[in-house]
Amino acid sequence: MEMPVPSQHRLDRKSELVLRLRAILPADCVIDDPMETRAYECDALSAYRCPPMAVVLPYTTEQVAQTLKICHDLNIPVVPRGSGTSLAGGAMPTSDSIILGVSRMNDVLDTDYDNRVIRVQTGRTNLSVTGAVEADGFFYAPDPSSQLACAIAGNIAMNSGGAHCLKYGVTSNNLLGVRIVTMQGDILDIGGAHLDAPDLDLLGVICGSEGQLGIVTEATLRIIHKPEGALPVLLGFDSNEVAGACVSDIIRAGVLPVAIEFMDRPCIRATEDFAKAGYPDCEALLIIEVEGSPIEIEEQLEKILAIAATHNPVEMRRANDLQEAARIWLGRKSAFGAMGQINDYMCLDGTIPVSKLPYVLKRIGEMSREFGLGVGNVFHAGDGNMHPLILYNANEPGELEKCEAFGAEILKLCVEVGGCLTGEHGVGIEKRDLMDHQFTRDDLIAQMNIKDVFDPAWLLNPAKVFPLDASASRRDGGM
Amino acid sequence: MIHFPTSEQDVAQYLGAAKGSVTIQGGGSRTLHQPAGDTLSMEKLTGIVDYEPGALTMVARAGTPLADIEQTLAQENQRLAFEPVVMNDVLGKTGASTIGGVFASNASGSRRIQAGAARDFLLGVRCVDGAGTIIKNGGRVMKNVTGYDLVKLLAGSWGQLAALTEVSFKVLPISETEATLSVAVTDPVAAVALMTRVMSTPYDVTGVSYDPAQGVALVRIEGFEKSVSYRSAELRQVLAPFGDVDILSDLASRAMWQALRRLGPLVGQSGTLWRVSVKPTDGPAVVEALHGAPYVMDWSGGLIWAVLPSDFDLRASLSQIAGHATCFGQGHSLLHPHSAGVAAIMQGIREKFDPHHLFPTHSKAA
Repeated sequence: MEMPVPSQHRLDRKSELVLRLRAILPADCVIDDPMETRAYECDALSAYRCPPMAVVLPYTTEQVAQTLKICHDLNIPVVPRGSGTSLAGGAMPTSDSIILGVSRMNDVLDTDYDNRVIRVQTGRTNLSVTGAVEADGFFYAPDPSSQLACAIAGNIAMNSGGAHCLKYGVTSNNLLGVRIVTMQGDILDIGGAHLDAPDLDLLGVICGSEGQLGIVTEATLRIIHKPEGALPVLLGFDSNEVAGACVSDIIRAGVLPVAIEFMDRPCIRATEDFAKAGYPDCEALLIIEVEGSPIEIEEQLEKILAIAATHNPVEMRRANDLQEAARIWLGRKSAFGAMGQINDYMCLDGTIPVSKLPYVLKRIGEMSREFGLGVGNVFHAGDGNMHPLILYNANEPGELEKCEAFGAEILKLCVEVGGCLTGEHGVGIEKRDLMDHQFTRDDLIAQMNIKDVFDPAWLLNPAKVFPLDASASRRDGGM
Repeated sequence: MIHFPTSEQDVAQYLGAAKGSVTIQGGGSRTLHQPAGDTLSMEKLTGIVDYEPGALTMVARAGTPLADIEQTLAQENQRLAFEPVVMNDVLGKTGASTIGGVFASNASGSRRIQAGAARDFLLGVRCVDGAGTIIKNGGRVMKNVTGYDLVKLLAGSWGQLAALTEVSFKVLPISETEATLSVAVTDPVAAVALMTRVMSTPYDVTGVSYDPAQGVALVRIEGFEKSVSYRSAELRQVLAPFGDVDILSDLASRAMWQALRRLGPLVGQSGTLWRVSVKPTDGPAVVEALHGAPYVMDWSGGLIWAVLPSDFDLRASLSQIAGHATCFGQGHSLLHPHSAGVAAIMQGIREKFDPHHLFPTHSKAA
């Protein structure tokens, strides 16, 4: 993965930078010992690593603003970090940058059930937002699979989704307001407990901007009342086409499940060996979850099973209680771990129109043979968000590169059939150089123009999202 | 002069060469203020480009009439779940609302509190900026975080940044049935207490409004037969302490919300239409500032539509409340001035999209 050559000029300023930061921040906020900065050398895309010059972990929005002002003065790039769970390299530093982490800012600032909002500091983890309101029957809906660890700051930066966003939407649909600090150190409040934007919807473009427009330190989030209950059904089919048709028929019948998860045979087999969830050995498996009171769950499951029965399923298994539900979910939830037992894997995240599912799976199978690398597919079928897991051996020279080449071909295929490169993980460095396959240069310039406005010197997370040659003149402007 | 482009290329050519002021217009059914300079009418850029009922997505050219879109969807038993408000009756406009206009104005109706706003359903756009450059953003799939989300920036931008030429959006099935619980309530404070209470239940309420002229609060639930009947019974108990509860079944319920979608309670009132968005518990304070003018509350109390005397500027009375107000016909769209930092960013974005200052701005504050 190509990254810009570190600027010697910036590296030479390290001691001045650290001195100035220490002068205004509490002692434990600034880390510059190379032994300690190493802990921040990568995120969950761990194939790529590079320790930063320093790490700053502030306690307050004002400290974030002061830090950014100093870095702006000294022309030092800043890489924002939530919990470091990005699968796209969104929080990977360069050697001439600093990491600015919000993990110490994790308080709940206000909970307001009448208006159904919670205001939190963004270092708070996704799951602990729900934790703060669940005793009163509420929850925060977006549920990325890293939700135990991932921070709201990162969720906002990447516009994270999750298994249940088919019904509840992604981060952007549940974010009402932010306090954001610009690279110049200005603190801005945008949105709030009221709905929709006056004038231009800045919140809409901030969410999903991968930490390139500002550092969000506080967020106003929509909370909703929990449903009375939820139960899944498991369906097995002999072909991907039939499973895809079944999903389409269920959606058209007006049933809106909270989640529709899909696994293909390689994934089912790996999962069975690992978790022994009792899945049938079939070509395609669906797990469909519905919510509501017992009567409502019954009504929806009946409809789903009736539709599924018309597609010759090899297995139809409905959960009758929470234990059976947990058993159905067991395999799906262990899928990544199961694949990881077989070999190293790379997890992709393209989205395709649901109707293109059978074709895309067939092509992935063909490509798997061409590249000589195994691949298992597990994904959110209701919205076409695929997660192909490509198996490779990281210790074998050249395998990572081969795996990346295979991954790139899959993502290009997603774009070719009318989909996109990333559905919920973000571009980061991982998909940066594929952006030209989805966008024209004019499309990319329109996006980069927004960064020019927020961060004219291109100091915030600069070498991400856009192909390096597309952003080169802008990034060099700040040198 | 009015220009009627019939292709995206036409739009690009026109805007690339345009000078002076240009107002982009759909059907002109929800105009914010009097158009200045030339008008770029999107009315002839029509047609549904792609519709996949099984994927819940549709792509249409911006000038396609809303009515055509809804009719095509209804044939597949689907709809625009954000229930775009239709303003012809209340504004006395005859033009046909277009799908581009719906998204450019982020026109969401009652179901917005449960399903999301127009901006939440917009998946992708093609558009032409003020320099005549064709730009696409987003796509036609439901989950997409590839690059910046200019889709949301353009939704609700009221023609300040670019002319939308094609929109791609998510649709949802029409519910099998619905019901509305109607409760006699005499004042907005009691109405908001009731409305916020029902939104804090697990019963998936899809509309909650208050019409002071009728003295009733309305609570809508939608879904399959057994589910609706179960939730009706549960909600009846929740609502009992607030007043007498009536239940309107399927067709009567649909008619009731159709009327609200057209702002029926305010049609025929003389004055200027205002739309105020605040958090629900601030709703009663907004009503107090109306000094008895006709209004209707939606979104659990957070959305207030009111008709006010034309010389009355509501914003002055609401300086202590967070939110925003839009005045139709006079072009104000802010309750409070932007902070200097926010204003500078908005201006910067306008300059990027519209370097020759063709398009109007709406950020006039009190």
